[in-house]
Amino acid sequence: MTAAATALATDDPVLLAFAEEVGSEGPVAVAGGRTRWATGGTLTEGTRLIAAPTGIVEHLPDEMTVTVRAGTSVAELHAALAAAGQRTALPDRGGTIGGALAVGENDLRALGRERVRTALLQVRYVSAEGRIVASGGPTVKNVSGFDLPRLMVGSLGTLGVLAEVILRTNPIPPVSRWLAAEGAHPRDVLEATLAPSAVLTDGTTVWVELEGHAADVDAEVARLGTVGSFAEVDGMPDLPVHRWSLTPAEVLALHEGGSPHDTGAFVGAAGLGLVWGSTPQPARPLDPTVAMLSERLKQNFDPTGRLNPGRMPGGA
Amino acid sequence: MYRYAKLRNRVTRTFGMGADEVAADPFIADLVAALSPDRVKSDGAHRALLSHDASVFDGGNSGPVVFPETTAEVAAVMAAAQTHGRNVVPRGAGTGLAGGAIPLGVPVVVAVTKMDEIHEIDTDNGIAWVGPGVVNLDLTKRLGPLGYHFAPDPSSQQVCTIGGNVANNSGGPHCLAYGVTNAHILAMEVVLPSGEVVMLGGLDAEPAGYDLRGAFVGSEGTLGITTKIAVRITKNRPEVRTLLLSFDSVTDAANTVSGVIAAGIVPAAMEVMDQRITVAVENYVNAGYPRDAAAVLLAEVDGLAAGVDLDAERIAEIGRENGATNVKLAGSDEERALLWKGRKTAFGAIAQLAPDYYLHDTVVPRSKLAEVLQQTYDIAERHDLVIMNVFHAGDGNLHPLILFDARDEGVLERVHAAGAEIITASLDAGGVLSGEHGIGVEKQKFMDRMFSSDDLDHQNRLRQAFDPGCRTNPGKVIPTGHSCADIQSLRSIPKEVWA
Repeated sequence: MTAAATALATDDPVLLAFAEEVGSEGPVAVAGGRTRWATGGTLTEGTRLIAAPTGIVEHLPDEMTVTVRAGTSVAELHAALAAAGQRTALPDRGGTIGGALAVGENDLRALGRERVRTALLQVRYVSAEGRIVASGGPTVKNVSGFDLPRLMVGSLGTLGVLAEVILRTNPIPPVSRWLAAEGAHPRDVLEATLAPSAVLTDGTTVWVELEGHAADVDAEVARLGTVGSFAEVDGMPDLPVHRWSLTPAEVLALHEGGSPHDTGAFVGAAGLGLVWGSTPQPARPLDPTVAMLSERLKQNFDPTGRLNPGRMPGGA
Repeated sequence: MYRYAKLRNRVTRTFGMGADEVAADPFIADLVAALSPDRVKSDGAHRALLSHDASVFDGGNSGPVVFPETTAEVAAVMAAAQTHGRNVVPRGAGTGLAGGAIPLGVPVVVAVTKMDEIHEIDTDNGIAWVGPGVVNLDLTKRLGPLGYHFAPDPSSQQVCTIGGNVANNSGGPHCLAYGVTNAHILAMEVVLPSGEVVMLGGLDAEPAGYDLRGAFVGSEGTLGITTKIAVRITKNRPEVRTLLLSFDSVTDAANTVSGVIAAGIVPAAMEVMDQRITVAVENYVNAGYPRDAAAVLLAEVDGLAAGVDLDAERIAEIGRENGATNVKLAGSDEERALLWKGRKTAFGAIAQLAPDYYLHDTVVPRSKLAEVLQQTYDIAERHDLVIMNVFHAGDGNLHPLILFDARDEGVLERVHAAGAEIITASLDAGGVLSGEHGIGVEKQKFMDRMFSSDDLDHQNRLRQAFDPGCRTNPGKVIPTGHSCADIQSLRSIPKEVWA
């Protein structure tokens, strides 16, 4: 392609070579860290597997942004950002940046770190035709055209193959403390505190992460004392293996023991709705009209169905 | 084509539909059957009133105007438009500044202002369900006694609707810490161009499937019409500190803004006004801004007492390091409210200075603020124009304001030439076309400066998944040549109606 003089055009040879590798014919999928390989269905046999380009291109702490290639590991990125006192909304659960975005899972502490879907500012992906497509921009505020970055988060690479992204970064708060209490109610915790980074429950114990200036965290800890006998702990509890997506109110119902959801043993995030349970969440079929829109999108972006075939967001 | 920000003689007489008119146009007959005669208007007065929005653009040509009250009515209007092959333009309060609500192609204009109910406030889920016609500030007022607010706060928040906020992914001064509208929308009931009703997103943490919710927000009314919206509600912060810093140069103010972020502080808001606009604001509302400073920075931090004091002190320090000549902490809620009143009425204040103005909206990386600001002054000087700057500095969101008198011969060409140069300067600095006003019709012609034809083609693929017939808000956002092949038809008015 000719690097036209558009603001989002790229002449990065690494990205151009990746576009060549994706090409325009035959089924293709990216293997990242394979940490969520079964998500969205089973990859069609015979699909050519490729690896996304790697490397942190540019971290600009003053802009609160980082440009990073999709094959870079989340661990590498977060280590580099931490050295400059920053972090992102991506969960620290192994795998690559591209994989984390394509799957779209949030950190259990998303109350304090924002959701993954709002962290992606700009995307460069390779289309089913092998072209580099850019959308979004390097600034947090940006309403220049349709918001394709939002569409890419959780798309499992079925609309385009993520090549390079700009993520919003945030300062790491000066202090972070975990506390836990038995018998507290997560609703009381959410009401008593201003902005906890996480409020987790297993139905018996409630864990709270508080972050910020030391004096603010002390004040929040004092308020926590009004709703339970909280004591310092090392961190969040061990999690069961199956991920559930519920509403925040449903997590409160789980805590109270009146939930119709059979999660088995669980750890749920109040105020957010993420739950890890010992049993898998039943399939969540898409509304037929949502399914129709999704099929049209897939058809429009990948008419021959060559990108990550066999998988669809929301698929089994 | 262009109208400039003059007060107009707006006609507000209303008429119901006459029997003859209904009989004459089967489309109108269907609309009347779907709603009621008093909520379908096709008189010249209504059509004229809704042929423009708050932008400087005119030239729209409205068809009938409908005022639905329910989702079923919106769906019936969409279905009727589909049956009759007519275009549809959704509309909230019409405060958009990029011409997004201007009716092109003699569409039926669907004004959602009567869908203004706050249906439910659900603190366990941290949301409120609202109609698209709910006024932004009305929601925050309703939430106040419960200890919450709706975080997006565009300057037009006293009149703009939440449906419009969704369509434009609206911003405001407090996006810096709280994010833009997209981060505050969890789910939406939407009527598609086909008339089908669908729920996008959900209250659960990770709704299954593609993030159609995210793709819909900011689509400027081209993908369908929202009829019910689940917005996130945000807890009010118990403590707020508002600082007013004065500087001898706009550059010093801009450098302070970068310095604050570099220090790891994310204030709730950081707003800068240059001297011209500050003096205008003072003359207008007497808010307590200094008239002799080259620039003022309004910085606000919120949260718990100890932290906001620490952050406020640090911001003052960084300001002084960057040459602040005065640093003042708002001593009371009244003083703070007055400072914000000054900032939010800045655009009203300029009416004293010139009969017309053109308000721009671009974003640049914070580190380029000082450089691009200087360029805006140089550009204005080259074109013999007066420019002032008032902007969301924390976000790098510039709002250069060009003042002029449209009666001056040749001034419009100079205004447009200067505007194009400002956009070019912003893109050259690594910025983007629009921070919060959107593309509408205003910036279509600049889209190919930012995006390649492949990029635009993919935006159009999204559009077509929702609206294969390209009948919903046609002629917006994506420029001619890249969009649905609907542009020609927009220029010609069906001969049987309202020529």
